[in-house]
Amino acid sequence: MNSDQDDIRQRPSRRKVLECMTWAGTGVLWTVAGGVPQSLGLVGEAKAQAAAGLTFLQISDSHVGFDKPANPNALGTLEEAINKVKALPVKPAFMIHTGDITHLSKPSEFDDADRIISQARLDVHYVPGEHDFLDDEMKLYGQHYGRGTKGAGWYSFDAAGVHFVGLVNVVDLKAGGLGNLGKDQLEWLENDLKSRSASNPIVVFAHIPLWAVYPEWGWGTDDGARALEYLKRFGSVTVLNGHIHQIIQKVEGNVTFHTARSTAFPQPAPGTAPSPGPMKVDDAKLRSVLGVAEVTFKPGQQRLAIIDAALQG
Amino acid sequence: MKQNLVRSAVLGGLLGVLAGVAVMAAPAGGQDTAVKIDNFTFTPQRVTVKAGTTVTWTNQDDIPHVVASSTKIFKSKTLDTDDKFSFTFTTVGTYDYFCSLHPHMTGTIVVEAATGGNPAP
Repeated sequence: MNSDQDDIRQRPSRRKVLECMTWAGTGVLWTVAGGVPQSLGLVGEAKAQAAAGLTFLQISDSHVGFDKPANPNALGTLEEAINKVKALPVKPAFMIHTGDITHLSKPSEFDDADRIISQARLDVHYVPGEHDFLDDEMKLYGQHYGRGTKGAGWYSFDAAGVHFVGLVNVVDLKAGGLGNLGKDQLEWLENDLKSRSASNPIVVFAHIPLWAVYPEWGWGTDDGARALEYLKRFGSVTVLNGHIHQIIQKVEGNVTFHTARSTAFPQPAPGTAPSPGPMKVDDAKLRSVLGVAEVTFKPGQQRLAIIDAALQG
Repeated sequence: MKQNLVRSAVLGGLLGVLAGVAVMAAPAGGQDTAVKIDNFTFTPQRVTVKAGTTVTWTNQDDIPHVVASSTKIFKSKTLDTDDKFSFTFTTVGTYDYFCSLHPHMTGTIVVEAATGGNPAP
């Protein structure tokens, strides 16, 4: 965090704010300036940046119902995150939730998630994670969040000149494969984008990363490249995902890929553990493991810059 | 999606009956076999059993998994930590399966004739 010293001097409370937010995982706050979304990383920075244009929040992987050693109270940490959102000095336009709202798709888990997340008093645009379709009939997600969506829950909308596309890549998964968008959704996406100007900023969000983060752990989408093909002609494309419970960013041409933290528990970096399962760390270490990552758009530069900063150590 | 799911369930049930499934009943023959789900892998990944053997999967991960036949012959409910799923294989053949939540997790059950005969293909 190259501006850390300045920030501390000017706003002494900032580090405190960050420390409070670490455990909760919080969300990634995005703002769109000049058509290019930038992640502020820290909710506490919203105040300084809010005047720039559209600001929205991404939360992900709340896993309501999870109670294993990596975090015995995932609902509690979601609530902490939402409390931080509520306390923002400048209200974001809306939130997106990139899936795994619940852990086991139980009715009580969806209800608890709704009860907590609605306290933010923001519109929330959801896409499902694989944990949100575990009920026998796969109907609860649709009942809660499916209104106005197509297929298993994909849709698009516009806000402040930015075109947002929510995709579903967690259903009808094939043996040996990765995330899956499917033919119907890809056709819809092609049509949805067809009439838009190449200068229209696009934000695509889905649960599983659309690019191959680490296929050995299933962290990628088999037909994600097809979707990216349709997005290639656009000058500013930002792809926001969850699923891997850590911040990873990649920039490829005009496309910026970014994954958000979980509000529930961390997962190991690709290949650093026997499996991608929940990572148990002790409380003291947790803050340094979760850390904070800032993604910043610098005037004059087309690409986003990411700065990872651990909260401790 | 829902229709597909229903169809799959019906098809799975039908094939299950044809294959002589007895999930709840005691195995007709052979020894019971355990497959562990741990660290997002099925262990052992490939198991050879005699016809009539009941295979029981146990999820030892902190993340739920679903054991699903690649040809929809069997499918477990969502297995949370320590949950089990059993299936009795009565028909000789090779049964590939995967986790429908984490499809990179795959495994195979090879079922051979209970007495003598040629091994399954």
